[in-house]
Amino acid sequence: MEQIPQILNDLQSNVDFYGIVFIMFSALVVGSGLMTVLSKKMMHAAVGLLFTLFGIAGLYALLAADFIAITQVMVYIGGILTLIIFGVMLTSRVTDIERKTDAFASVSNTAGVAIGIACAAFLSYVFVSTKWLEIPVATIPDGTITQIGTLLMTNYFAAFIVAAVLLLIAFIGAALIARRKN
Amino acid sequence: MPEFITNLLPDVVLQYIQDWGLLDIGAQHIGLPHFLIVGAILFALGVFAIITRKNAIMVLMGLELILNAANINFVAFSRFGGMNYDGQIAAIFVIVLAAAEVAVALAIILNIYQTYKHINVDEIVELKK
Repeated sequence: MEQIPQILNDLQSNVDFYGIVFIMFSALVVGSGLMTVLSKKMMHAAVGLLFTLFGIAGLYALLAADFIAITQVMVYIGGILTLIIFGVMLTSRVTDIERKTDAFASVSNTAGVAIGIACAAFLSYVFVSTKWLEIPVATIPDGTITQIGTLLMTNYFAAFIVAAVLLLIAFIGAALIARRKN
Repeated sequence: MPEFITNLLPDVVLQYIQDWGLLDIGAQHIGLPHFLIVGAILFALGVFAIITRKNAIMVLMGLELILNAANINFVAFSRFGGMNYDGQIAAIFVIVLAAAEVAVALAIILNIYQTYKHINVDEIVELKK
């Protein structure tokens, strides 16, 4: 057991700022994701989703994807989450009545827990046991916006146009569907 | 790891921590599998929400969690797997599609609420009355 002090030395040298920030953002994502999934009140779930999305933006920043992180904060937290909160407020009553559910509710809960744990375990096993061909990008770029903009205007131009048309059609369709018909 | 904690732990536990790399959380150790596992846990949470929740908006939130799990994997592969910007552009298109999907889904849910006065997905069997 004389190698134990060497182990302690290794442990101390293996922890640094990047790792601590990664652990913090991962704990934020998983913890508030659990809050989203498990909370009974819809507004609490929406707040949990907010922190989940913010933690994911932090993970993008750790992965040197600054534009995706900013897009995540602006589109998801600023747009999609606002829409979801409006949906929660427009579809919930003042007194939250317990809806009647079918007899299979508890079965559905058990099956959900089992399938969720099975999903997480199987995917984690596959991700850990696979020998990935890891080619980290050689130099972390100063910013990715220029490269992403160039690629969107050259290689991915068709997909860019199609996405723009799809967004237009989706929002016109959403406005038509949501309008009350008399 | 502080000294007072390591004095408490038995040597066997320290050996396990060393062998499994549980405390290798430096920048040179955190690689592709760590981010993929966060994505896997998020995906499982989203599947759980979609299976068990009765409220249609909760199902929508589970869907968002699943899309974000896929996005984490895209960006992680763009950093570590040699996808290098192509993964980030795929993530951008996923975000765009998620925005469109949420807008249409919430419009449908609002319409269902006006018809049924609730959005319990177990009881909704037809879109019109």
